Amino acid sequence: MEKLPKWADVILIPLINLVLAFLVSGLVILAIGKDPIVAITTMFDGAFGSTTGLGYTLYYATNFMFTGLAVAVAFHARIFNIGGEGQALLGGLGVALVCLAIDWPHWLVALPAAAIGGAVFGAAWAFIPAYLQAKRGSHIVITTIMFNFIAAALIGYLLVEVLKVPGSMDPASSNFPAGAHLPTFNEIFAVFGLNIFKHAPANVSFFVALICAFLFWVLMWHTRLGFAMRAFGQGERGAEYAGISPLKITVIAMMISGGLAGMMAINNVMGESERLILNATEGAGFIGIAVALMGRSHPVGVILASILFGFLYQGGGELSLWEGIPRDLVIVIQGLVILFTGALDGMIRRPLENLFLVLRKPTQNGAV
Amino acid sequence: MQSSVNKERQATAAPASPATPPPAIELKGISKAFGPVQANKDITISVAKGAIHGIVGENGAGKSTLMSILYGFYKADTGEVWIDGKLTAIPDSQAAIRAGIGMVHQHFKLVENFTVLENVVLGAEDGPRLTPSLSKARKSLTQLAKEYELDVDPDALIQDLSVGHQQRVEILKALYRKAEILILDEPTGVLTPAEADHLFRILRNLKNEGKTILVITHKLREIMDVTDSVSVMRRGEMKGTIPTSTTSPEDLAERMVGRKVLLKVDKTPANPADNVLEIQNLEVIDSAGVRRLKGIDLNIRAGEILGIAGVSGNGQSELMEVLGGYSNATGSVKLNGQELDLTGKHSDGQSRRHRGIAHVPEDRHREGLILEFSAWENTAFGYHNEPEYNGKILMDNAAIHQTCAEHMEQFDVRPPNPSLHARNFSGGNQQKIVLAREISRNPDLLLIGQPTRGVDVGAIEFIHQQIIALRDQGKAILLVSVELEEILSLSDRIAVMFDGQVMGERLPESTNEKELGLLMAGMDTSGNGGAI
Repeated sequence: MEKLPKWADVILIPLINLVLAFLVSGLVILAIGKDPIVAITTMFDGAFGSTTGLGYTLYYATNFMFTGLAVAVAFHARIFNIGGEGQALLGGLGVALVCLAIDWPHWLVALPAAAIGGAVFGAAWAFIPAYLQAKRGSHIVITTIMFNFIAAALIGYLLVEVLKVPGSMDPASSNFPAGAHLPTFNEIFAVFGLNIFKHAPANVSFFVALICAFLFWVLMWHTRLGFAMRAFGQGERGAEYAGISPLKITVIAMMISGGLAGMMAINNVMGESERLILNATEGAGFIGIAVALMGRSHPVGVILASILFGFLYQGGGELSLWEGIPRDLVIVIQGLVILFTGALDGMIRRPLENLFLVLRKPTQNGAV
Repeated sequence: MQSSVNKERQATAAPASPATPPPAIELKGISKAFGPVQANKDITISVAKGAIHGIVGENGAGKSTLMSILYGFYKADTGEVWIDGKLTAIPDSQAAIRAGIGMVHQHFKLVENFTVLENVVLGAEDGPRLTPSLSKARKSLTQLAKEYELDVDPDALIQDLSVGHQQRVEILKALYRKAEILILDEPTGVLTPAEADHLFRILRNLKNEGKTILVITHKLREIMDVTDSVSVMRRGEMKGTIPTSTTSPEDLAERMVGRKVLLKVDKTPANPADNVLEIQNLEVIDSAGVRRLKGIDLNIRAGEILGIAGVSGNGQSELMEVLGGYSNATGSVKLNGQELDLTGKHSDGQSRRHRGIAHVPEDRHREGLILEFSAWENTAFGYHNEPEYNGKILMDNAAIHQTCAEHMEQFDVRPPNPSLHARNFSGGNQQKIVLAREISRNPDLLLIGQPTRGVDVGAIEFIHQQIIALRDQGKAILLVSVELEEILSLSDRIAVMFDGQVMGERLPESTNEKELGLLMAGMDTSGNGGAI
């Protein structure tokens, strides 16, 4: 018998963790002499109060869905891919190169091509640490972290030395052609005569992310590869017994993971900035780790956690804008959420398990 | 013998009369629940001072829980612990040690790269400076070694000691901490028969010095050999305490299971046909460069069970790994006359399965099953690429589910719920899930390691019958087990392994545990070579 009912495990625990994180955040806000109630209303208002705010929230959420799914894929094979940030940066390069390659006739053609470009670059960037781990035993946590720095330096070099528009002082590529412009939510809803999501960067990539989440679910629970990846994730001995090659699974899982992280660039590079800029990922690769942890590596959980972190990003921005609460404190709040939902999961789990045992006992005795 | 029985009778009659000394251990009404599972239900037991007392029961009967409560690992929900007639609270193992209780765990808790002396002193140092503690311990070890036949070189590293000697270190650790009560959890699981005999001598010496000893085991023969009295546990309950002299293994088995059990395996003589497996000069060198298999020659014929006896760690696991497809090797292995690849792409588990080798691995939890997967997913484990479980792109989960349900019915897996996680089945039912998966593929050769380890007595019977039924269908079976009884009763032929070599082959009807025990310890028993 399971110790906790499923709903408590997937809904109640994250919810309690979240409430605790907000309570502690409230105390911190109190400590600097601000009103926590005002702060939380400002955050909610900023993130969900208007369609523009929501558009920003969903834009950030889209980034996190890609990187969250990326980390989750690797988690299932018990590989800790910390390199989502670097893979997403390289994905940006892939997307930019595809978008700049030709004068795209229509976004419907450009999007799949760019998505593939981003995925291939991200996957290739993930392949190296994966191969090093599987063949040479280099620890993938260390190598993927280092590859984040290498990626940032590489993109910086390329933007300054190669891709920069001649004569410009801005280390950024030239603008993508109009045919590579992805419809924003505002433009999509304009078709129905609605003028909502004004100025918000949310775009069709959001739906691509949802499709990826669905395909993730199919892959993990309905294909041989997903079966082998999950089996490998439960232990190498078992994988050896079943004839699952650790080398193959490590490399494939990491390449899918890197590919998903790389695909994030269709949202931030192609959908938002429409050119390649420095630090385009804004830390989304790291947030993906928290998203995957909180979402229990399940696509539905990842989607929900992404929206939560989208809310924190967007609402947090509003907080520093309107309430004079320093940006650093917003990062503290985000950190607290990550701490409570990810790292301190066990703290609430044990008491809750005991509580459920106590609640369950009377019925047990009645049944005997 | 008679006197000890009388002593036992007095002691088990609780409460003790004022004239007799109080019992060394008295547990009164101990209950402990883990969630909905009642591991111990109102356990009352009393053990006389200076007795060797056995506790038997199937897996999950609650023996280990009870001992953990006594040693302070768990806190009982209700009940009292009385030591030497005094109510004693044991909140942690430090308190247990203070109360004079020492425990020898099934899996030793020794620091491998420390010396014997350092291990004995560890946690019982007198002060920040080690030297005085060490020299004190050295003196006391010499003393103990003389008194109880507990000789170990105090300066040897643990990793260089045999398992039997490591166990002695554990006992020394307890005695050094002034233990008057010694608990041993499955003490002979990893010992050769000779080592076990030595251990029993030590235990008797300790007893003669007035120490009280509790032995937890599922090996009934040992209970008969060494204990004065025995308590039987079943499903968390104490089913009574009896003087050993008044019982028999059959009687104990029946009390443990709650019904009559066939301890002897029913089987007809084998009818072996052609060679299925021929192994020649098989060598395995592990990643550290150590030769694990040193030129193995074996053969198994169709309709025959070849049992491999040996203390674990003498190459049996490596042999199974090579045949099961997850270890590289050199030499020659032929299956039905065709060479098997021993390295490279076609030497993995999937290739082996395609060649008709099924494998029930020794370590059910880490290899045979994925505990976090549901039962039906485990049905496809290792066979997840097979066409009948797959459509063009997607897996046919419904088909796997269906197959699992069928397996569960045929093998009487309880509860018959394919969606339950493998973790939530009992050891016996987990083994049935693995066995059903492997046997149902109609293999030519079945590799089966420790088929009944951690399996309850009732399921053992069933699993043995399945193995013999498979043999009678004309399949070849390679059986590896550390349980000599199991090897002797199941095998048609026995090969003994020691230090990566086959020490000899014997026929079960013309050998005995003593002879096998000597071979297992690496001693050639006779000049007459193999029995074949």
